[in-house]
Amino acid sequence: MNDMHLCVVNITFLGKGPYTFSVGKGECVGLTGKSGIGKTQLFRAITDLIPAEGEILLDGRASASFSPTQWRSKVTMVPADSSWWYDRAGDHFPVKHKTSLLRESCMLLGLEPEVLDWQVSRLSTGERQRLALLRALQNNPTVLLLDEPSSGLDAYHTGLMEKYIGNYLRQNNPAVVWVSHDPEQLKRVASREFRMEQHRLYQIK
Amino acid sequence: MDVIALTGVDLGLAASLLLLLSVLSVMLSLGLERKIIFFGCRMTAQLLLIGLVLRFLFASGSLLLVLLMSTIMLLAAGREVQARQKRKIIGLSGYLISVCAMFVSSFSVTVLALVVIIQVKPWYTPQYAIPLLGMLLGNTMTGIALALDRMTDQLHGRRGEVEQRLLLGQSWQEASSDIRRDCMRTGMMPIINSMAAAGLVSLPGMMTGQILGGTPPVEAVKYQILIMFLIAAGTGFGVVSAIWMSGLHLFDARHRLRLEILKSDKV
Repeated sequence: MNDMHLCVVNITFLGKGPYTFSVGKGECVGLTGKSGIGKTQLFRAITDLIPAEGEILLDGRASASFSPTQWRSKVTMVPADSSWWYDRAGDHFPVKHKTSLLRESCMLLGLEPEVLDWQVSRLSTGERQRLALLRALQNNPTVLLLDEPSSGLDAYHTGLMEKYIGNYLRQNNPAVVWVSHDPEQLKRVASREFRMEQHRLYQIK
Repeated sequence: MDVIALTGVDLGLAASLLLLLSVLSVMLSLGLERKIIFFGCRMTAQLLLIGLVLRFLFASGSLLLVLLMSTIMLLAAGREVQARQKRKIIGLSGYLISVCAMFVSSFSVTVLALVVIIQVKPWYTPQYAIPLLGMLLGNTMTGIALALDRMTDQLHGRRGEVEQRLLLGQSWQEASSDIRRDCMRTGMMPIINSMAAAGLVSLPGMMTGQILGGTPPVEAVKYQILIMFLIAAGTGFGVVSAIWMSGLHLFDARHRLRLEILKSDKV
């Protein structure tokens, strides 16, 4: 446990749990479980968007000892349906400089580099999904919770995204939890796999 | 010039217009006839009662009674704000937010007007204090109710956006800044609009009343200008404090959006 980056210890919320698991630095674990079991709520509990009993540790330090804004900059999730509130896509990115880097990332994900100047209303589901990932990565999170990140993408772009996250993992060493309903995808991206049930979470590989 | 006293027959004639309206409502199946008659009667009873209360209050002129009356008006306004919201903060805290916001704005502005501006002696003279407070409460109530209703409704409808912003490491103040700004504007728009229309489109009720009562128009207008300033300032302060307090309630210390403290009574 001690070399684990993110440790979730006996957390319960909304009548679910207790759940215990941990993810190492630079590791990607898969998370499955039938629809509605509460995978998204688990992510919301870990990012402290909903109250939960139990303990969540980042390198041995409890979440309560971080300020909420600090915690969510380090431990963030990319929700399955992304939200946008400004007209222009690029305005949603917290870091305004380094746009050339951002445009490069866009291309790696199969997005046109001008996509940042587009109106949000013009973006497709898949484009929004990829931009939401890039937006979340701008804070350099050390824990990344991905909620079906490629659900709106075709096989080709799914491949690009898996590759992109794989590279990010090697370069920045975050801990990643990847929710997917596609067992093949989890086989490709995750080193271990957990299954979530109403009152327990267990490793299946 | 004395006011021409109205007789029961005069009021009855005016009331018959309402009867006519309810007949029309039946014919057009608007379903409003019961409401028109019920609230017409209720309004009559309320106003007759307040007429009697004011006669007594003006005769006594006691500070204690003025304070009691003001408190009752404040609590009633708080209840009205709660009743006008689609989704309200449950329990006493929701009620307290509206009451506090109105207390801060209406009471302070009324006392300021009485002591510093009009300089009535004593400052609580009911002929001045009660109507002033009534006008301020009535208007801040509208503004605060609009702003709070929009605040809870927007936070409910735009939850995904607010939580996404929290996930990007923003504080609750940043994450809700657009929404809060929008709600404050909504709350202040009616009074800004009525300032724009005053005198051109509408002759405000108080001024009209004073003119009917024989006050020279220019004097009446000056009072109306004073009231407009007070109402606009009071509504503004009230709306800002109501939005700030409701924000503190709807987000917790860990900057989480706690929509479970809202209850919606209509669909």
